[in-house]
Amino acid sequence: MGLAPGLMLAALAIYPMFANDFFILQIGGQTLIIGLIALSLMLLAGYGGMVTLSQMTVAGVSAYLVALLGDSHGGVSLGWPWWLAIPAAILVAVIVAAFIGALSANTEGIYTIMITLAVGVAVFYLVLQNRTIFNGFQGLSHVRPPMVFGVDWRTPLTFYYLTLACAAGGYYFVSRLRRTTFGLALQGIRDNPRRMSALGYDVIRHRIAAHAMAGAIAGVGGVLLAWYNTFVSPATVGVDAMINVLLVAVIGGIRNPLGAFLSAAVFVLLQSFAIDLIGSQRFRLLIGLIFLSTVLFSQDGLLGLWAHCRRWWGMATDRRHS
Amino acid sequence: MDRTSKMLRRSLLGAAILLGCTTAASAQQELKVGLVASLEGAFAVLGQDGVRGAELALKEHNGVAGGKKIVFVRGSSDASPASAVNATRKLVEQDKVSLMIGPLSGSEGVAVKDYAKTQPGVTFIDGSSGGQQTTLVNPSPNFFRFNLDGAQVMAPLGSYAFEQGYKRVMVIAEDYAFPYSQVQGFMSGFCKAGGKVPRKAWVPIGTKDFSSVISSIPNDVDSLLVVLAGADAVNFIRQYEQAGGDKKIIGGSVMVDQTVLSYRGRLRGNLVGTLSSGWTADALETPAWEKFVAAYRASSKDAFPAPSYFAFAYYNAVKATLNALDKVGGDLSDGQEKFRKALAATHLESPVGLITLDSNRQAIGPAFVTKIVQRPDGKLVSSVVKTVPKIDQHLNLSKAEFDKMGLGSRDVPACP
Repeated sequence: MGLAPGLMLAALAIYPMFANDFFILQIGGQTLIIGLIALSLMLLAGYGGMVTLSQMTVAGVSAYLVALLGDSHGGVSLGWPWWLAIPAAILVAVIVAAFIGALSANTEGIYTIMITLAVGVAVFYLVLQNRTIFNGFQGLSHVRPPMVFGVDWRTPLTFYYLTLACAAGGYYFVSRLRRTTFGLALQGIRDNPRRMSALGYDVIRHRIAAHAMAGAIAGVGGVLLAWYNTFVSPATVGVDAMINVLLVAVIGGIRNPLGAFLSAAVFVLLQSFAIDLIGSQRFRLLIGLIFLSTVLFSQDGLLGLWAHCRRWWGMATDRRHS
Repeated sequence: MDRTSKMLRRSLLGAAILLGCTTAASAQQELKVGLVASLEGAFAVLGQDGVRGAELALKEHNGVAGGKKIVFVRGSSDASPASAVNATRKLVEQDKVSLMIGPLSGSEGVAVKDYAKTQPGVTFIDGSSGGQQTTLVNPSPNFFRFNLDGAQVMAPLGSYAFEQGYKRVMVIAEDYAFPYSQVQGFMSGFCKAGGKVPRKAWVPIGTKDFSSVISSIPNDVDSLLVVLAGADAVNFIRQYEQAGGDKKIIGGSVMVDQTVLSYRGRLRGNLVGTLSSGWTADALETPAWEKFVAAYRASSKDAFPAPSYFAFAYYNAVKATLNALDKVGGDLSDGQEKFRKALAATHLESPVGLITLDSNRQAIGPAFVTKIVQRPDGKLVSSVVKTVPKIDQHLNLSKAEFDKMGLGSRDVPACP
């Protein structure tokens, strides 16, 4: 398993040499950002068994905060320097995520989904209806990454590498987490919370801590998302966006951090090119069909589907040989 | 390890094949024009009508302009600024279109204009978006708009309403840029004439329950200026009717629309006589407009009984573009310099009258004060009561006077 991510990273690092600005920024950058946010859900759902809808909300909180604390047009803009505004935005996202975790830690399955949906919708209406701070429907515009080291971080190339660095960091963190004591305990809690509780593990605290970690990842994704769009508006945290994150995480295969990025790529490519492939706008139909077939045929998503095909192929060739 | 790297290789291969399929083959002497409209989400029906308008204009040109075959490459947004910019960016940077037409709605227009600044080699022609600041604040030299903004189109209404005896008006409008500018357009003339607007209620888009707004209507106003669209407008009218309201209504440009006028209820009768102002009217009985309506209805079997504003706006945008291409013989060299000059000097004979551009490349054109009348068959339609042939973006005020008022917002202008 050690070699593949390295190869992947190398491929992604030289990818801009073969791609135009559109593929670098809109496909590459957007894939990595959506992948990062889906990765935070993968951490919660894959390791912790907590399927939430609010990861986009957490990302949205940090997106709004980086706009409010830093420079933006529309609402309140405090104009803090970037080295203060960005950590503060992510910190608040972590706190909000931990709060959502605390609210939902006692629940399971459909109830977790309902609670996190409620929180997400509440945040959506808060930013939609509050005009003095969040500027309502129109949101905050002119949110740009800072000039650091004399580099403009919003050119397609620099922004791509920025998102790549964040995504690689997130991937490394989540895949390492799997084998740590905390990660093992979390997976134990996923499989049998009562037994883990009997063994002396504090189930609730583990869950809240997982939410906080996922919140940090989603928070980074949110800051990048605000910079990518150069603005943040209620649509960023709307129900559609919340569900998209769940779709991406499930299509990728909820147990593998690589899956989040792979399906984010599929999602972004479909979103951009569906209109060329099938004439008119049937993106939702396509993505829905892919989602349905994923859930029906391969619960481990695209990666699982691949493993499935290999097994089937192996069996078929074995049979032929015997 | 081996398995994963193989898997990786194959998935990369798969991605490469997928990308390969999507790169369209290009033929010679074709000119690719990007066309972005909202084809999904709440405005999908309007976006489809916009596309019908664009295609009608191209068909009238036999698909050729400046000696080149014009090919539309379509993009779709869901009416959010992010999706409009994504769709536009894909057309410009991936499909390499030379010209861009779109988008459909106000905040999308502002976002696309900001994007246009980063693509000086491409000319952008607005589809139907009506945000005031798109061409008024930090305009982009390669962004052109051939339709009036939300304030321009309402500007003739204020003074006309005052003459008709409307003296004190309460505003009920959605809380974002387009209604701000619509209200400004109305109030600029209304306040100047001596009218009073003691109260404004700004409601979020998608409001279902208007009871608190309705109960806050003061007794001493004689009418309501309602700038709501689609379902919001119908909800408001129904609830106002149930609450026993009987004040006269003045409508925003998108409120007096067949989607609202086909509403069936007791208040339907009360809607007769409602004043509004728009880019056009259902019963605009000029030969040019009737010719356009006939061509529109013949263009597609899915067409509406009458073209919507969006079909009309996209039609104008495409027609102006094709005319300018003809004028320069399809010459887009030298950073499209010649083409842009021709476009800026356009005298567009649109179905409603002459449209020209100002120095910000924003349309100056006609607007129509309308009144809702009941036709003998019982259908409600808007008929023209006053035509103003030329409205500029400063609402026909002097620049100093307009700048003093500022851009329309929740609190601007005010005359309580």
